[in-house]
Amino acid sequence: MANDLLEIKNLRLSFFVPSGEVKAINNVSVSLKRGDVLGLVGESGSGKSVLSHAVMGFVSPPGKILGGSIDFNGLRINEMTEKEKRIIRGTEISMIFQDPMTSLNPVYPIGTQICEVLMLKNKMNRKTAWYKAEQLIKSVGIIDPQRRLTQYPHEFSGGMRQRIMIAIALACEPRLVIADEPTTALDVTTQAQILELMLEMKEKKGMAIIITTHNLGIVANMCDRIAVMYGGTIVEYGTVMDIFYESRHEYTKGLINSIPKLTAKKEEKLVPIEGTPLNMLVPPLGCPFAPRCKLCMAICLKKRPPYTQIASVHYSACWLNQKEEFERDAINV
Amino acid sequence: MSKLVEVEDLKLHFKLGRRLCVKAVDGISFYVKKGETFGIVGESGCGKTTMGKTILRLLEPTGGKIFYDGEDITNVNMQKYRKKMQIVFQDPYASLNPRMTIANIVGEPIDIHNLAATPQDRKDKINEILQHVGLNSEQANRFPHEFSGGQRQRIGIARMLAISPEFVVCDEPVSALDVSIQAQIINLLHQFQEEFGLTYLFIAHDLSIVRYMSNRIGVMYLGKLVEVAESDELVFHGVHPYTKSLISAIPIPDPKAKNCGEKVILSGDFPSLLNLPSGCRLRTRCPCARELCEDSEPILQEISPGHLVACHNCQ
Ligand SMILES: Nc1ncnc2c1ncn2[C@@H]1O[C@H](COP(=O)(O)OP(=O)(O)O)[C@@H](O)[C@H]1O
Ligand SMILES: Nc1ncnc2c1ncn2[C@@H]1O[C@H](COP(=O)(O)OP(=O)(O)O)[C@@H](O)[C@H]1O
Ligand code: SF4
Ligand SMILES: [Mg+2]
Ligand SMILES: [Mg+2]
Repeated sequence: MANDLLEIKNLRLSFFVPSGEVKAINNVSVSLKRGDVLGLVGESGSGKSVLSHAVMGFVSPPGKILGGSIDFNGLRINEMTEKEKRIIRGTEISMIFQDPMTSLNPVYPIGTQICEVLMLKNKMNRKTAWYKAEQLIKSVGIIDPQRRLTQYPHEFSGGMRQRIMIAIALACEPRLVIADEPTTALDVTTQAQILELMLEMKEKKGMAIIITTHNLGIVANMCDRIAVMYGGTIVEYGTVMDIFYESRHEYTKGLINSIPKLTAKKEEKLVPIEGTPLNMLVPPLGCPFAPRCKLCMAICLKKRPPYTQIASVHYSACWLNQKEEFERDAINV
Repeated sequence: MSKLVEVEDLKLHFKLGRRLCVKAVDGISFYVKKGETFGIVGESGCGKTTMGKTILRLLEPTGGKIFYDGEDITNVNMQKYRKKMQIVFQDPYASLNPRMTIANIVGEPIDIHNLAATPQDRKDKINEILQHVGLNSEQANRFPHEFSGGQRQRIGIARMLAISPEFVVCDEPVSALDVSIQAQIINLLHQFQEEFGLTYLFIAHDLSIVRYMSNRIGVMYLGKLVEVAESDELVFHGVHPYTKSLISAIPIPDPKAKNCGEKVILSGDFPSLLNLPSGCRLRTRCPCARELCEDSEPILQEISPGHLVACHNCQ
């Protein structure tokens, strides 16, 4: 759609490693409207980080984009030069990582680091930048900001560091914030604080968010739309309600039935997804989930299932959705 | 049902130098009945692993008593009990020796406790156990790195089962696994409990999983138990502010579900175990804290049958 903030089309990205080609992103299309929250959910290795980093223009060797496009606000990210991408990062799109220590420099006080960003991106002088930094870390709930700005990253707890990362990410009021497992390293009570903060900031600033997680609880509470990833593909996409109540993919249903819910009835048994996670070096020919799927049919092993539109924005890539058609075709042949 | 394991005022303090001391476990009392699962939930660093290891005497307690099947085992030679009490660790990567084959990892406890009469007997035993946990005998001669996280946890469980224990400490057995694999391991642990009448101490930071596994639950905060109750009583009628904050912090994987109970949000972060607040340990973060909470430490007291709470506002 023309007024989408982000549109990824038929993206293919592979890592060429000594033992072969890892098709980390295997023909993925997804879009995001202004101010919306999109959740990328899937287990580890499904391609969440690679996809979300690619939106930032980060593709590190041995990774290579083999096809498709990433359009952000009218700009084609995957055709930009490093220099152009650097201008966009931090001002138009910014990122929050799982481990804030990897993006904070341990040898500088955090105030210096926030000011650096502000001076570079917003062209502020040091004095204004320091004042702005104080306001920023105060806005993410850090008490005594004046003193805190002079402290080093290791003097903060994990939750505080993540607050600071959010402050830095929002410093230039970007249109899109990408949060790659922002709370995976935190405890539940801290996680709740950080998620609350992210939603509060979104209300205030109106930016769009892409959040990656393996936690279905987080997407249920945070997101407008959900893309369920498995083996480098989006197997199902839809609104939160579509995914949780009208799922038409066996992997999504399997995930939902395999996690304990705090308030569920005692009798509700967990139904595990059998088998082992996908080996990305030897991906199946057909549906990536086929080797673990209870309803797998002959065609699932041979051909990749196409997307079927279930509702206005609800898509699923599962042969069961096409069952009638290919059964009819089989008879005709 | 009788108590299989009981601890009384159990303490484990790590001494760091002359004056510094980490009070990782600081006066904990509870019991586990034969055949039940007692769950321990708490955030990282609150002392769960230390407590589990202390109960097995893998760490020597600084104070308090441990009873097994009615006998005081706080100071005894543990050899007699090693076969009865086992542990499954969180990290299936770090807890298996990378240079040993699966057969030898599972066979080691069999050798230590002389449970096999002949080499053939040993081999049969190993194969039977591997099959039981969902692995096959062809995999017996492979090494841990050839297996996925879930399979490695199965190997850890096989090793635990090899000597037919009675009591097992499960220390975050699924935390390191992918969501789609967790249920496999949880169901396996359930199945073996029924089959072999095992008694579990099930430790985790995820209350949803702990509730699913446990008959009763203890909530731990900074080295202390703050609430103990039957699992449904705890989830639906938990009263301690910390319990309530844990419950309201869990994002429910259902967009229509309302979080149960009132929303309690703690302020700030964990204080350091090196420098604990006076009085109630939660008071620096607790929305209900009052003067009394600063002056005196609340003790765990029964508020209804089987439901214990340590909070000045709930007693
Ligand atoms: N630098 C790299 N070199 C080789 N393979 C990589 C690299 N980064 C990621 N991959 C592979 O790409 C796939 C997707 O990884 P990732 O996006 O990190 O998964 P997720 O974030 O969903 O856990 C994985 O199979 C991973 O092994
Ligand atoms: N060997 C040790 N020496 C000193 N401190 C330790 C040691 N092991 C654990 N601790 C400390 O004891 C506390 C409790 O740790 P642990 O039992 O691992 O908590 P949990 O399992 O609940 O995450 C932590 O503050 C930890 O840093
Ligand atoms: S396409 Fe086939 S294998 Fe894949 S999820 Fe659907 S039924 Fe299962
Ligand atoms: Mg990732
Ligand atoms: Mg632990």
